[in-house]
Parts: sequence; structure tokens; C-alpha cells
Amino acid sequence: MRPVTRRAVLGGLLATPLLAACAGFDTSGAAAPGTVGFLSTQFTPVEERQRFEKVLRSQLPVPVAYNPVEGGVFTTTIKSQAQARNVRTALIGGLYNDLAPLADAFDDVGGLLGQLSGAGYPDEILKLTTLGGTTPKFVPWMQATYIVAVNKQALQWLPSGADVRELTYDQYLAWARAAQAAAGRPVFGIPAGPKGLFYRFTQGYLLPSFTGGQVTTFRGADAEAAWTYMADLWAATAPASTNFEYMQEPLARGEVLVAWDHVARLVGAAKDKPDDWLMVPAPRGPKGRGYMLVLAGLALPKGGLERPAAEQVIRGIAGAGMQVETLRQNAFFPVTSVPLPPDLPGAIAGEAAAVKAQAESRDAILSLPPVGLGSRDAQVGQVFKDSFREICLNRRPVRQVLDEQAERLSALLADAKVPCWSPDPAAPVCAVA
Amino acid sequence: MTAPDRAPLRRHRRNRVLLQVACVAVTAFMAVPLYLITLAAVSSRASLNAFPLSFLPTNLSLETLTAFLSSTGVVPSFGNSLIVGLWTLVLSLLIGVPAAYGLARTAFAGKEPYQLFLLFTRALPIVVLSVPLAQLFLTTGLYDTTYAVILLHTALSLPTTILICASVFLAVPVDVEEAARVFGCTPAQAFRQVVAPMALPGIAAAAIFTFVQSWNEVLAASILTLNRRTLPAQVLSSLGDSPLAYRFAGGFALVLPALLFIALMRRYLTNMWGSTIR
Amino acid sequence: MAAPTLDRETEAPARRTCRARKGPPGLLLIAPSLMFMALLFGWPMVQGVLLAFRGDQGFTLEFVQRMVTDANFWPAVRNTLLLIVVLIPVQFAFAIAMALLLRAKPRLANVYFFVWAIPLAVSDLAAGLVWLAVLTDRGYLNSLLVSLGLPPVAWLAFDSWTSLFLAVLIAELWRATSLVLVIVVAGLQGIPRDYEEAAAVFGASPWQRLWRVLLPLLRPSLQVALILRTILAFQTFAVARALTGENFPVLVGETYRWYVTLQNPGVAAALALVVLVLSMVTSVVYLRTLRSEEVR
Repeated sequence: MRPVTRRAVLGGLLATPLLAACAGFDTSGAAAPGTVGFLSTQFTPVEERQRFEKVLRSQLPVPVAYNPVEGGVFTTTIKSQAQARNVRTALIGGLYNDLAPLADAFDDVGGLLGQLSGAGYPDEILKLTTLGGTTPKFVPWMQATYIVAVNKQALQWLPSGADVRELTYDQYLAWARAAQAAAGRPVFGIPAGPKGLFYRFTQGYLLPSFTGGQVTTFRGADAEAAWTYMADLWAATAPASTNFEYMQEPLARGEVLVAWDHVARLVGAAKDKPDDWLMVPAPRGPKGRGYMLVLAGLALPKGGLERPAAEQVIRGIAGAGMQVETLRQNAFFPVTSVPLPPDLPGAIAGEAAAVKAQAESRDAILSLPPVGLGSRDAQVGQVFKDSFREICLNRRPVRQVLDEQAERLSALLADAKVPCWSPDPAAPVCAVA
Repeated sequence: MTAPDRAPLRRHRRNRVLLQVACVAVTAFMAVPLYLITLAAVSSRASLNAFPLSFLPTNLSLETLTAFLSSTGVVPSFGNSLIVGLWTLVLSLLIGVPAAYGLARTAFAGKEPYQLFLLFTRALPIVVLSVPLAQLFLTTGLYDTTYAVILLHTALSLPTTILICASVFLAVPVDVEEAARVFGCTPAQAFRQVVAPMALPGIAAAAIFTFVQSWNEVLAASILTLNRRTLPAQVLSSLGDSPLAYRFAGGFALVLPALLFIALMRRYLTNMWGSTIR
Repeated sequence: MAAPTLDRETEAPARRTCRARKGPPGLLLIAPSLMFMALLFGWPMVQGVLLAFRGDQGFTLEFVQRMVTDANFWPAVRNTLLLIVVLIPVQFAFAIAMALLLRAKPRLANVYFFVWAIPLAVSDLAAGLVWLAVLTDRGYLNSLLVSLGLPPVAWLAFDSWTSLFLAVLIAELWRATSLVLVIVVAGLQGIPRDYEEAAAVFGASPWQRLWRVLLPLLRPSLQVALILRTILAFQTFAVARALTGENFPVLVGETYRWYVTLQNPGVAAALALVVLVLSMVTSVVYLRTLRSEEVR
């Protein structure tokens, strides 16, 4: 026993200093001088990351070390580096609501946006770049929205006279019920898992379509009708939805046949057999067709490293090649006015058509993510999550729940004192009516 | 002449059979989930979408596993994890074993407060300390090095190391140690030659736990590093967002090295069985 | 001597003081660990605790209030406590039984021990993943049922609290029993078989030998395993989250949700303090009750 132990100890003693000769191995490639360390919340899954790294390499003249992390680590890293005045990143990328609470840690990018004025960013996107302040804090990176993916098998149960690309919410519900009756189980799904984006459905789709607003109309009679509808729809929805985070998986498994979700979270279902799938715009309600914009942006941290190279990366990402390749590879749409090429892969082409139809319908109602709420943003989202939980899962009376949640929403808005954002009518201080 | 009484023998045999049955049953409960993760990690993507799922390896494919292993940073982060795990082990034993001995064998005021103080750091969900911890390492210049992760992992594993080792030191009879002293050993010699070997199982248990904890720790590793991540920080946190096949491949790849480590340490943990102590 | 918890109470006091004088003083031995922990955690701890009570205008109970009025708070308290109250005894019974099986030296004991220790190496995230694959609607368990000609069952249905609870319980039992097993096995190593054999000679039944001989001798190991396991059980949420989403909230999961998703460190810190207090109270109870029995 003894010699073995001793040898093991000796071996360990010899090996460990060798191993610890450095402070650790570089896992992102940012150690090389001139490389732009790019911290981001997007494309965390292994495959998406690999594809995006390839796009970066092929489209940009500057080496980029792409470092995707989950939201909590992202916030902690940026906050602690800013507070310690020891910033170790060069470029920050994230969704609008990832960036909003961190606005103080970013430099103004007005000059850079000016140089990029030729890229053709839409006005509603440019308005968001101030993160609720007065000067632009980020440059638009890419955008997305939510649509409905339909397995063609489900078309047989479509109510007669309904056009799958021009559904009303009532037809959508009738369809879900007919499919449930015929298939013997609910085959419609929503991403109601812990990381699922189902609350965006009520926030940006259902409520605007039924009430014309998102916040001001939160507890009106129209909202009551919308939530009653939601409870009915939930009754015809696969109950396993509370475990679904990315709808492409249950769709690919055939567990559900029709689902609403984020374009990047649907594309995987249709990738292998695009002919089996239809991508269609979300339904429309009494007030129109509500839809929501997802915007990702690029920010420069105050005191960040490699500033000229980082700016070069931002300019590169605004370029046509980068914008189109990001769509082709990872299903995020361009924010610039670049025309889409005709040779997109099947699933993406289907999504692109649906996205265009959704945004360009006559009665489209655009919902923006909450503007200027900073770190309260997620708590506003939580109000919609809790409403869903109480009304659909716990089956509590709609009116009672809406009154309770409206109070919470009012308290958050009273704290924030921000003007209303689309689709709510402009008012200097937003409040629940 | 009466036949020899075979009942005790039969009872003994029956007991041995029951023992094996019980062991196999427990093993099945422990091993089936492991089998399933292995199966899923080497199955083709399409077969994971089928229903009912197959319980036999009919659709083998190493595609996801190789794609996973070849993704950015996996190999260097593996190295970082190894450095962090081993150094955490060394440091926590160096600091923890003497403390455990002190806790078990000597009298000092405030033992209970000391133990509670140790537990304090494990009882507070560390996520609420993320920003101040990262700031601490940012200001000391250790941020984004394996040193930072080693220090924090050592601090996280000290409570377990100290308490587990102390419980085993208590079980080593004091007489043995005193006998060694009578025969002329210094306290240090008595510890090294008599107490430590007898406490080896406990130290091995603590070592296993320390290494495995460090190997799987995500939060501290991801807030203290940026470009020098450990394996879990590099991949584990994004697993939830990855397609099913990748989740299994990642889970599988992470478990393997820890398995090896347990296999190595197991013999120290059970080396006393079968030998009579005195 | 204030609280000689892990000390050998049964020994003659004279002997102990004698050794205490001869050996290196305990404080010297524990000093490095004290300093290490204080240097690393002292300042962050203070910052973290202050978060819960520091508002824009100094001291505030706003976050505590917000925490208690949250719809998920009381369910989370209930779930966490229930899970621990049910899980820990079952887990200890299971682990002790496993250790005793090994002590009976079955053939292949080494293989068994290795397999039983493996879940220790599985991170809680990966464990959640595995059990989700087993229990999900189209998972392995339902595949088995269907291939046996039985109807599938929605094990993780959001509206069935009992099946969610059982799912989390079984997954946690699988994942974390190994820790108890390893500590108990290490503790058993120090107990000579002679004791049991002597008891057997005097006619003690196996049950009596377990309760009167083995378990009392194992008390230090069991005490430590109980403390560690309970504290760690308060800390885990990845399995519950993977299996049940937000339908089975637990306290630490809520802490993460408030800190990470809702970006409200104040409420998160208040929740963390609740977890801290619960853990510390249980630890004190364990330290005192297991000691007083020994002193009797």
C-alpha cells in the first residue's frame, strides 16, 4: 500500500506545478492582442455558436473572440467590471432587454450610428437605441419576431373557410379544438417552460390584438375577453407545454403539430424536412394583428478594450454580408435595409415570408419591448407570466387576477415614470387605465 | 443417527442470495439513468425524436458527441478544469485536514460557532454574492485566472472537507495515537504514521467530494472568468438551450472524467474493509 | 469549554486536558481555515447581506415585504421544507442500508460501490437532464409503458402536485444519496468488526446490533452527513427546475429567479437570508440533539 501512495503523492506533486505553470488556458481566443472580446447573450447553444463564429471569421477583417454566456453571468460580468473600473471586454451584444438595465456601463454610440446612417435602420428601431435615455447606447445588431409553425398534418382539421395564413384568434381556437378531438390529444403547444417565451404571446400578441394596447388596457373589458380566450386556448393546448422551452423540439418529435414561438426557436423543426412545414403569421383579433419585435444590439463598454477594432466589428456587422449570413445560419433577421437573397434555405425562406406578411398586414399592431424600464423590464414580464399562471393553470377568475396584477403593474410603472411605448397610445407617463 | 443440521447453512445461503438480489436492485436504480444518458449521447438525433424510444443501442452515431468535443474552447477548458480541480483538492486538504484534526482532537473555546461559521458560506446561496465576489477578484488582479477559481472553490469545499475529515478523526481510537507517543513519536509523527493512515478513508471521501464539486461548479467559475473558463462554465450553462442530443452529449462528456477520479480514489476509501484494525 | 460538539464526551476529562496541553493548540490548527474563509467571503458576505436591507434612502424592509407578498414565496417555503423533511430520512435509511449491504461483503462489492458512488459525479444540471429524459411525456418511462401495452402517464403534469413532488424526490434520491453513502462508508471503516461480533456472541439480534452498536459508533459520521446533506439540499434547485419548470418552486430557485431573471438583488438577498437562517437553525438542532443524546 505504502509505495503506491507515496508514488501517487510524488506524481501529483510533480504534475501539479507543471499544470499550473500558467493562469489557465485561453478558451475563447481573446488573449491574442488585437482580438475583439465579444461578450454576448445570443447563440449560446453549441451549434449556433459554431455557425456564428464561422460567419464572423468569413465576413470580418478583425479577429473576434465570441463569448456567449447566459443572462445572469452577462449582467454580473458587466456590472462588476464597471464597478471595479477594470473592464475586460471590448464589445457587448445582447437583446434589448439584456442591455437596458446596463445602460450606465455603455459609451454613447451616436457618432458610430451617424457613420452607419446609410445602412437603413428603420425608425422604430433607431428610437429604441437610447434605452430610454437621451443618447444612443447601442447599434442595432439583428432582429426577430414570433410566428406560428404548422405541421402540414394539422391542416386537415383546419375549420372550413379559414385561410391558414390569415387566421383569426377564434379560428385558431376552433382549429385547436378540432385537432384535439380528432387526434385524441391536444396537438397545439406554447413554450410555457421556465425559459420559454410564452409570456410574450400574451404581452405582444394576444392583448394588443384584443385590446389595442399592452399596458394601458391591462384590466379593461377587452383584456378580460382576451384572458378568457387564453384560458380556453390553454384547455386545448398540450399540458406538457409547461415543460417546453424551445418549440422546435416538441414539434420535431411530433408531440405537438402547431406552435407559436420565436423564429429562431422554430427553425430547427423545419430544417430537415421543410416541405412538411408551413410558417404562418400569428392570428389576428378584433383590434388587429398584434406582433412583437425582438431586437438585439451591440454596445461598447465604458473603458472597454480594443476600441478601434471593436468599432470596426460593429461596422462589419452592419454590412450586408454579415446581416444575410446571420439570417441564413441562425435565423435572426437583418436590421438594415438589405434585400434578402432568393437562395435562402427552405425553413428560413418560409419564416421570412411569414415575418414579412405579419409585419406588412394592413391591421398589423407592432409591440415593442418595454422601453425605459431598465431592470424593471423583467418584472413587467413577470406580471404577464403570473397572470397566465393564475388564470390558465390555477383557474382563478379572470377579473380578480387582472385586478391584482394590474396593481403590481401600476406600482412598477409608477416607480419608472416612463412614457408609453407602442402599441399603447402616447402619454407622458405610462399607467394602467 | 440424525442427519447433520443443515438449516444454518441453508439460511446462510439464502441470506447470500438475498444480499445479491438487494445489491442488484440498488445497482439497477443507480445505473439505469446512467445507461440512458450514455445511450442518448451516442444515439443519432432522429432516434431521439422517435416514440417509443428504443432502449437498445440500435441507432448509434457519434456525430453529436464529436461535434460537442470539437466545439470552441472545450479542450482548453478541460485543461483548466483539471488544474482547478487538482489544486482545489491540494489546497483544501492542506488547510482542511489540520483544521479537522484540531476540531476532532483538541479542546478550544467556540467549537460550535466555528462549525457554524464554516457552514455559513455553504448555507447562503452564493448567487447573491456574485457581484461583490467578482469585484474582489477584479481589484486584486486575479480575475479571469484559474487562481481565482481555485481560491473560491477551495473556500467552498473547506466546510465539507473539514467536517468529513473531523468525523473520521473522531473514529480513530485515541489509544493508538497515545501508544505511538509512548514509543517516542512526536505529535506530528504520530499523526503522520498512525492517525493519518487510519483516517485515510475519510480523507479520501472528502477528496472525492471536493474534486467532484469543483469539477461540476458553474456559477463561481463563470462569474470569475471571461476567457479562461472551466469546462462546466464553458458548456454546462448553455446546455439547457441546446438541442436534446447536445444536452446528452454534454452531460455524458462531463461525467466521464469525474468517474475516473472516483475509480482512482475508491480504493483508499474502502481499503480498511477486511483488515482487522487491532 | 463552550461547545465541544465533535469532541469525545465519553472520555475521562483528565486525559483530554492532558492531551490538549501536549498537542498543538486547536486554535492554531483551525486558524488558517478561519483566515482563508474570512478573507475570501468576509467582504462579499457583508455586501450580500446588506443588499436585502439597503434601499435608496438607507434601511428598508421593502424587499422583505416584496418577498413575502410574492405568489411563489409560501409555496416555495412549503415545497422546500416538505422536500427536506421527506427526502432526508428516506435518503439516510437508503444510504445506511446500502452501506450495510456493502459491509456484508457481497461478491462484486467493489463494482457495486463504484456504481452507487457515480451519481456523486453527476452535476445537478446533468441529473435534471437525465430524469427529464426519463419522466417527460415522451420519455423513457412512458416508452417502457407503451411497449408493454400500457397507456402513457403525464408524470410531470403541471396540475398534479403529488406527481411533481415524487418526481423531484426520486431524482434527488438518486442524485444525492451517494454523498451520504460515501461518508457513512468512510465512517464504517473505522469500526472494527470485533464489536459487532462480540455483540453477536452475547446474543444481540442483527437489529439490536445495528441500533445499539453500529449506529452509536457512526454518530459523528451521521451527524456530519446530516448537516452537510441538509445544507446542500437547501441549495439545490436545478433538478426541480428541470423537471417541473416553475410549477414546483423551491427557495433557492426563487433566489436565482429574483437575482438573474428579475434583476432584483434586494429580494434575492432577502430570500438568501431565509435559506441561510433555515440552514443554520437545522444545523444547530443537529449539533445539539446528536450531542445531548451522547451525553445523556
